[in-house]
Amino acid sequence: MTEAPLLELNGITKQFPGVLANDRIDFDLIKGEVHALLGENGAGKSTLVNILYGLYHPDEGEIRLNGESIRIASPRDAIDRGIGMVHQHFMLIPVMTVAENIVLATEPTSGPFLDYAAASERVRELSTRYGLAVDPEARIDEITVAQQQRVEILKALYRGAKILILDEPTAVLTPQEARELFEIVRALTEQGESVIFITHKLNEVLDIADRITVLRRGKRIDSVPRAGATEEGLARMMVGREVLLDVAKGASEPGEVLLHVEELSVFDERGLEACRSVSFDVRAGEIVGIAGVDGNGQSELIDALAGLRKPAAGRITLLGNDLTRASTDERLHEGLGHIPEDRQRRGLVLDFTLAENIALHDFDNPPYSRLGWLYPARMVANARKLLKEFDVRGGGPQTPAASLSGGNQQKVILAREVSRQPQVLIAAQPTRGLDVGAIEFIHRRLVEQRDSGRGILLVSFELDEILSLSDRILVVYEGQIVGEYGPDVSEEELGIAMTGGRRKDAA
Amino acid sequence: MTDSGERGERAGFQSAVSAWFGSRLGGVLVPVMAALLAFFVGGLVVAATKKNPFGAYKAIFEGTGLTWFWPFLGDQERAAAASDLQQTLIIMTPLMLTALAVAFAFRCGMFNIGGQGQYWIGLIAAIYIGTHFEGTPRAAHVAFAIICATLAGAIWGGIAGILRATVGAHEVISTIMLNWIAIYGGKYLFELGGSLQGTDPSIPRSHDIFESAHLWPIWGALQPLHAGLFIAMFGLIVYHFLLNRTTLGYEVRAVGFNPEAARYGGISVGRNYFLALAISGSFAGLAGAVDVMGWKFRVATNDFDAGDVGFVGIAVALLGRNKAVGILFAALLFAALKVGTSPRQLDEKVFPPELAGNLATMIQALIIMFVGAELLIVYIWGLRRRVGFSGPARVQPELKQ
Repeated sequence: MTEAPLLELNGITKQFPGVLANDRIDFDLIKGEVHALLGENGAGKSTLVNILYGLYHPDEGEIRLNGESIRIASPRDAIDRGIGMVHQHFMLIPVMTVAENIVLATEPTSGPFLDYAAASERVRELSTRYGLAVDPEARIDEITVAQQQRVEILKALYRGAKILILDEPTAVLTPQEARELFEIVRALTEQGESVIFITHKLNEVLDIADRITVLRRGKRIDSVPRAGATEEGLARMMVGREVLLDVAKGASEPGEVLLHVEELSVFDERGLEACRSVSFDVRAGEIVGIAGVDGNGQSELIDALAGLRKPAAGRITLLGNDLTRASTDERLHEGLGHIPEDRQRRGLVLDFTLAENIALHDFDNPPYSRLGWLYPARMVANARKLLKEFDVRGGGPQTPAASLSGGNQQKVILAREVSRQPQVLIAAQPTRGLDVGAIEFIHRRLVEQRDSGRGILLVSFELDEILSLSDRILVVYEGQIVGEYGPDVSEEELGIAMTGGRRKDAA
Repeated sequence: MTDSGERGERAGFQSAVSAWFGSRLGGVLVPVMAALLAFFVGGLVVAATKKNPFGAYKAIFEGTGLTWFWPFLGDQERAAAASDLQQTLIIMTPLMLTALAVAFAFRCGMFNIGGQGQYWIGLIAAIYIGTHFEGTPRAAHVAFAIICATLAGAIWGGIAGILRATVGAHEVISTIMLNWIAIYGGKYLFELGGSLQGTDPSIPRSHDIFESAHLWPIWGALQPLHAGLFIAMFGLIVYHFLLNRTTLGYEVRAVGFNPEAARYGGISVGRNYFLALAISGSFAGLAGAVDVMGWKFRVATNDFDAGDVGFVGIAVALLGRNKAVGILFAALLFAALKVGTSPRQLDEKVFPPELAGNLATMIQALIIMFVGAELLIVYIWGLRRRVGFSGPARVQPELKQ
């Protein structure tokens, strides 16, 4: 540790209206290391790297690059100084080739024309040097998400990045792809690149980082070397209290079949068969996990179960009642609960108050209303009770849902769905984008529901979540259930099934 | 208590403050500032014609009859003010209702441009009932005409609603087309030889409605203010409670804010599109009825070309922010502007009356523009606040993705 740091941030402070996003944060990066920035949503990670990338300017504090104090005016400036960033959402042009995307804005030319051969050659050279296998001639919309990410990394390297910022890079990857990404990151650091790795996933940090800096509510809590760090210790620093990482749950005691799905086929908007003859049961007292990479028919399956999309064929029964043609409303009153995939677009009316949102399924029944006349005071009273029970913070019954944080919004939805005491609860991505504390809370509640004899269908892209909650795991691939596993299946095995039973070869 | 608990409570307090700010102060502030700004720009235009803007505004204000409320007025002045004020209130009455026709649909996420057509259909229905059934007792005749006009308006709005709900035809297009159908349909009925044309075969207009179908006069002699004012105010109350205290209103608002979430919640989106436009149409149809039964008593074919009460209703709803109380004041403002600038009220020397009508239209347009440019006003207000005192928190940018 005698080496002088390549990059130093000293006392970075950034104030947004009403929130101190970064409060005197110190951070440094040594050449050739992977330094992870760990923190919950809203901890200030993105703000800090956006400052480093020239998107924001700090109110206070100093940035030193190679010992020299600098001001980064814009992303362009950051790139010129050798700082590259791979955003969570890729900034690639789908109809252009890999090589074209990489050289964009700095194209090698011969005369007025793009020297395509030279561009391809440079890309090939870079990709062999760092072990980033991609075909320069392939079009972006024809390659996988993981490969697109490599293109983004190559783009940064092509522009001469010495410091690479990766913003939540594994959020879009399968476990195998994530492992491949880690290989790439190691190869990069061996060649002298330095990497800032942003994440809120504890296991990744211990896998890849050399040092770890934990942020909480805009403050730097500590920086620790990987050696000696534990998941529990890091979680405590992130959240500020003890966190139970593993969901405590006993063995399941499945009872009668509650939800029975038979040969269900569903089409998507484009008229393609998104679900093909899917059959499964959910029993009382078990959590059935549906694992799969995003876009393999999960959304269409959930919609069909919830009555938001007409199935093309098949049967859905709940407690023996045929609900295949029932309306959403009928299903809700027959004992179906649904935590939707997209809480802001579907789960909540953001302009409604929390009380109104909690009444969303039952406003037309007593006690909320009688003969079409609404009793808002009863909505408020019930909401007050539930908000307390589900520990919703950031507002009361009369607060608009829009002003709550994501975690608290999700708790409101959970409160609504669970308090209706559904027989079967569909939980679609129940913890997407939430932080450790909220995830723990929601997982605990789901297990509680299971233990009280309800059936839960959990749909998630997070393998960790599937593995830690499910009593039975179904894997979907291209609209079909390709395997059923017990709770002790390895991540490896699931990952392979999720990609259709064969490991994808890097192009 | 833990650190996070305190933070949570503080955030709760802050969001409550900002919610109050947004709904109360901000909700009143923007329209009021828009109106003031519009009058200011209008004043510049008056000044550009080398007249005194203060004098012109004073004359316009006196023309509205609002001076009637001044305690120190002499008898003669008071009598003149009273008749002006009656005019203003007569004009204000249908505006409230056509504004409700826009507001109700708006709360369901739709833009009802068809208030004018729905108004005409309601008016035609009221004329039909009012010119038939001679000898019916007054209360029954009035009630029957009002109910029929309301239903006729509901049907006219409901057509657009059904089209939206079933085939997805956009209500802006269909209500505009329905306006033209109503206008030409009206002309067809009342033109020379038309089936509802009146006694004089050389004049293309309707019979006068029977006196038993007249709304009761409540104030004044020559052209008295009529009971339609109370009907319109009752409409405001119905609107408020329908929207906020019934399951129907809950559904309408849920669909208006987020149709996808409403559908997920078990609400039929199409049904609400239909109902919202039908109810909107009934408000506008009622406006037609009170106008014809309160003071017009008949309609001529050229009235159909001149009518704009449905369109001004859009502006009233916009300025009134689709709230009952807001619509009340906005309707008063627009009616006062219209009466205050009418040629018979203004002294030539203060401001040329033929320009005054244009000034009124211009101020109306400016108000709509400024309300539409709300973002700009909120931004200016935000700047002021940042310089002055530290106001309520905005939502944290990082949390809000």
